[in-house]
Parts: sequence; structure tokens; C-alpha cells
Amino acid sequence: MDIKRAGTILSAAAFLALAGCQKQDDSVIRVGEYASLTGKEAAFGQSCHKGTLLAIEELNAGGGLLGKKLELRTEDDASTQGQPATIVKKLISRDKVIAVLGEATSSRSLEAAPICQSDRIPMISPAATNPAVTAVGPYVFRVCFIDPFQGAVMAKFAKNRLGLHKVAVLTSVSSAYSVGLAKYFKERFTADGGEIPVEQKYSEGDKDFNAQLTAIKASGADGIFVPGYYTEAALVCIQARNLGLPVPIFGGDGWEAPELIQIGGTAVEGCYYSTHFSPENTAPVVKGFVDKFRARFNGETPDGMAALGYDSAAMLADAVKRAGTTEPAALRDALAATRGYRGVTGSITMDPDRNATKAAVIITVKDGHFKFVESVAP
Amino acid sequence: MYEFLQQLLNGLSLGAIYALIAIGYTMVYGILRFINFAHSDVFMAGAFIGLNVARYTHPGTFLGGFIVLGSAMLGCALLGMTIERLAYRPLRGAPTLNVLITAIGVSLFLEYSGQKFFGAAPRRFPAIFPVREFTFGGAITISSNQLAVIGVTFLLMVALQLVVFRTKIGTAMRAVSLNPRAAQLVGINNDVVISFTFGLGSALAAAGGILYALNYPSIDPLMGVMPGLKAFVAAVLGGIGSIPGAALGGLILGVVETFVAGSPWSTGKDAIAFGILIVILLFRPAGLLGKSGVEKV
Repeated sequence: MDIKRAGTILSAAAFLALAGCQKQDDSVIRVGEYASLTGKEAAFGQSCHKGTLLAIEELNAGGGLLGKKLELRTEDDASTQGQPATIVKKLISRDKVIAVLGEATSSRSLEAAPICQSDRIPMISPAATNPAVTAVGPYVFRVCFIDPFQGAVMAKFAKNRLGLHKVAVLTSVSSAYSVGLAKYFKERFTADGGEIPVEQKYSEGDKDFNAQLTAIKASGADGIFVPGYYTEAALVCIQARNLGLPVPIFGGDGWEAPELIQIGGTAVEGCYYSTHFSPENTAPVVKGFVDKFRARFNGETPDGMAALGYDSAAMLADAVKRAGTTEPAALRDALAATRGYRGVTGSITMDPDRNATKAAVIITVKDGHFKFVESVAP
Repeated sequence: MYEFLQQLLNGLSLGAIYALIAIGYTMVYGILRFINFAHSDVFMAGAFIGLNVARYTHPGTFLGGFIVLGSAMLGCALLGMTIERLAYRPLRGAPTLNVLITAIGVSLFLEYSGQKFFGAAPRRFPAIFPVREFTFGGAITISSNQLAVIGVTFLLMVALQLVVFRTKIGTAMRAVSLNPRAAQLVGINNDVVISFTFGLGSALAAAGGILYALNYPSIDPLMGVMPGLKAFVAAVLGGIGSIPGAALGGLILGVVETFVAGSPWSTGKDAIAFGILIVILLFRPAGLLGKSGVEKV
């Protein structure tokens, strides 16, 4: 390339960069959010986004932060691997966000986390429960519990409350969340004297589980643990019942979406899953959140994802207030120093690995509705 | 033993759907010598037409079920013919590669317009036929939906054989497949025949879409991608261009996939299924029934 041309390109680039800068408005604080607003896990992204939006609107109604209004920049990753990296780069470089909120799933959070870490922008995942997510680096946080805890909760529940001894596991091999949760469940369940007669695998997007369920039926399992997401979980329940397999089926927080009941219908009746939040909780902070959420979103009842989305934004705001600045390093330190923050999903304390330690709740499906079963402390 | 028979039934009902889609690939290939990649999205469109028609019928009745199935097949036949008229006919005579790339474009167009119009979130497909479970020998269970898949596929195959070998248009199809120019010389209107082939193949894809949605009642605009790929493999496996080959390929693929998925190697389900394809093609490059002795369509 000759020098003249290089000069032209450089000046064009400089012009574009300047034009880009001029668009940025310093009178607001921009917060980035990436979520699966469409696609297979759209229910997660939509719920989470509503919770986050409610928190930001509330903060703005209360005067904003550090005398500035907040602006939420939301991008959709369409539930597709590969998208989070692109859109998070865009949020950081173009929109100059102070922090990134997202995502609900572990695999996609794992994709964006290294980018936030290398750009030194704090990222708070609302619901990625796989331990590897925050292990990416000191700029990555989460407001939910992690899978070793969730796996242990469900293993104890299966053993003690459901009285199961032989539980088959049906894992999605293409999801970090599913593989991790299955591992922790198996460890705890076998340590407590239970038996895992068979573990079957599937991939994200599969719709036919008859083969795996037939093998599970032949193994004589008295329960099935499905650490996957709601679309697959609903189809697994339908096909298990069609195959004449009446055993209890249960899973983790990936099950929590209205679509579980919409798609699963009567097949998901009596199934259980662990999650972060129950709207039936009568604590004043939860009641207040549920009322505000219903008023804002046409009477819709918030689920765990909405509550976590709300908490991720609220915890960020709390850290900004304590730090007194939006400078990334100071903000990171303030986030890491979060102690006993009273979120709607419980009291949030960041452990040294930037994971929240808090209680889990177990939910069942009864008469086409989600019903609270019990709460399990850490 | 019970497990073996149950898996065989599972595999056959999955394979029957692959077979229905594979026939569409193979028919178009037989006549135009190109792979219509948009076929798997016509399959998706069939399921969505069914979903929308099902709102106006009584769910769970035979009459309502057949109205849904029939209207999806009709709608997709029209869609298939429109695609052929608008996207492929102007390229008649152009190199096959151009048509192939156009087919990929049409496929993406349908997928993303589907996301625009139907939304990207998965939707529940209603039980349009009466549902029952049948149990044999105390342990083998099959649902009426799985039986419907096998039954409907079998009926459509027989009907297709009759159309291709016993009707005038079928004779014309075979003639165009053998030699388009010669067919034209003896007075066959190639455009009509090609249009008809697309209509027929798309109607079968729609039937596949409805049957798939009945068994796996969560549908979304990208639902055709994976079954479409598998059906394409099935068509190649059976010998592309051969209708019985496509049916055989579909059934083999469905059964193999099911047996692997039910084994301790379930992680490698797709890898093993596709590995078998490679091995078969190494020894029989034309596919199982793709020899010159077999009538091409």
C-alpha cells in the first residue's frame, strides 16, 4: 500500500472515530445488556430484560446515579452461539458502556466474559450458574448461586424428599450449564448412597428423546434428572409419558419459563426444578418487586430470570453509589466488595470467586401453575 | 429384547419423517440435477401453516386433523411452485452451481422471514389428531402419533409410486428426467412437469412437517435445518434420484441414529450416523439403490 493511500485511509478512520465520539453523550451513564430476546431461550432473555429494565427505570425515577440518568443499551443475541462476542464488543467499543449485564445461559456468558475481562469492563451475569463463568477473570461477576450448590440441592431433594435411589441423568452435551450441573448432581447423589444406573446425552436443539428415554426405562431408574433448558425439558417430559415412564422428572433453573407448561402441558405436571426466586415469597422486598413488576408489565408475574435481571442492575447501581465513580477499576472493586446486599432473590454477598452465595427454592408444576415447594439455604 | 423392539419402533417413526423429506430432495434432483436446499424450509412452512389452520378446526378429531394436513400440503405445494417459478425458472440453463447458490439464498430467506412473521420463539403445536398410547407385550409402547407417521408415510409412498408409474404426468416426469430435450421434442411441456414435481415434493415436505410437529410439538422457524440435513444425507445414502432409495435411506438413518442415541455412546449420535454415510459411499458411491438399473425420477 502506498503512503498516500494509507494516509487517506487513516484520515478516514480518524474522521469516523471522531464522528463516533461526537455521538456519545456524557450526560448519561450507559449500561450494556445482551440477552436472548429471540430464539430458543427467548423466554429467559425476555424475562431478564424486563427485570433489568424495571430496575433502570426505577433508578431514573429516583434521580439516576451520580447526578446522571442511566441509559440501558440492549442487544439481542438470538440464542445463538457466536453472537454474544460480536454484540458485547459493539456495546463496549461503540456505546462505551460502564458495565455489561448478561447472559442468562452459561455457554453464551462464557463467550462474552473474556471480552469484558480483556477490555476491563465489569460484566454481571444474572443467571449463568456454571462455575467456569466467573473463573474467566476478576471483572466477571454473577448474582446467582452456582451449579455445585444447585446440583447438591437437587440431589438431596431427590434422595430425601422424593425417596429416589436410582436416578438416570439426561444431559445436553453441547451446553456448559447442563454438563456442569449433571456432574455436581451425580457427585452428590452417589456420595449420599444413591445410584446413577445410566447417563444419556443429547445436543441442544434435539427434539427426539425416545431413544434415550427407552434406554432409561430399560435401566429401571426410579427418577430422571434433566439438567437442560425448558424447550428440551418439556419435550422430554412429553415423550417420557408417551413411552409409559411415570417416574418423577426434575431439573435445574433452566426449566423455569412459562413455555415449560405451554409446550409440556399435562406431561410436566408433578415435575420439580430448583430456581432462584418464588413470587409466592411473602418478604416485603419480594412483595414490593412483584407488585411493581405487575404494574409495569400488564399484570405479568415475574419469574426467577426477571428477579435476577432486576438484581443484576440493582447490584451494579449499588456498587456505582459506593464507588462514587463509573471508572471501571474502582467499579470492579466496589462490586467485589458487595456484602449482604438485599436483592429480591435474597441477600447477595460476593465470595472471593465473585459468585453470590444464597438460598435456592424448589418449584413444582401443579394444575398448570408453578407452585413453591421449599427453600434450601446454602 | 423389549428394549430392542422399542428402539426399532422409535427409529422407524423418526426415519419415516426423514424419508418423507428425502423424497422431495431426490425428486427435484432426479429432474433438475440440483439440490433444492429450500426444501427443509418448506417443511417448516408446512408446520406453521398447520399451526394457523388448526386454530379453526376441532383439535383432536380425524376430520380436523386431515383438514390441517391437507391444507398444509396444498399451501406448501403452492409455495414450492412459487419458489420454482420465481427463483429457479429464470436460471434454467444456467450452470447448476448458480441454481444451488440461489437455493441456499431461498432457504435463508424463508428461515429469516419465518422469524419475522412467526416470531423466533418456539411455539406449541396442538394435538390435531386423537392421541392414544398402545402397549404391546406389557413393555413396548407406541403412540398413535408415531403410528400415524409410519402409516401416512407408507400411504404417501404408495400414492407417489402410482403417480410416477401409472399416470400421464408421471410418465412425463420420467421422460424429462431421462432427457429434457428429447422430452420436449415429443411434446412434453417441461415447465409444467417441473412445476408439478416441485408441488408434489413440497406437499410431501408439508406432510413431514405436520407429522414431525405432532411427535415433537415445539416448532420454530429454524426447525427444518437439522431434519433437512439428515434427510439430504438419507437421500444421498439411498442413491440420490431414486425414490425407493430415499425412503430406504431415511429409515436406515432414523434407526441407526436411534440405536446410537439409546446406547452408552449417545454423545456421538450424529457423528456415528454420518460416519456410516461416509463408509457406505466409499463402497457404493452411487448410494444404496443409486444404480443405473433403478428408475430415476
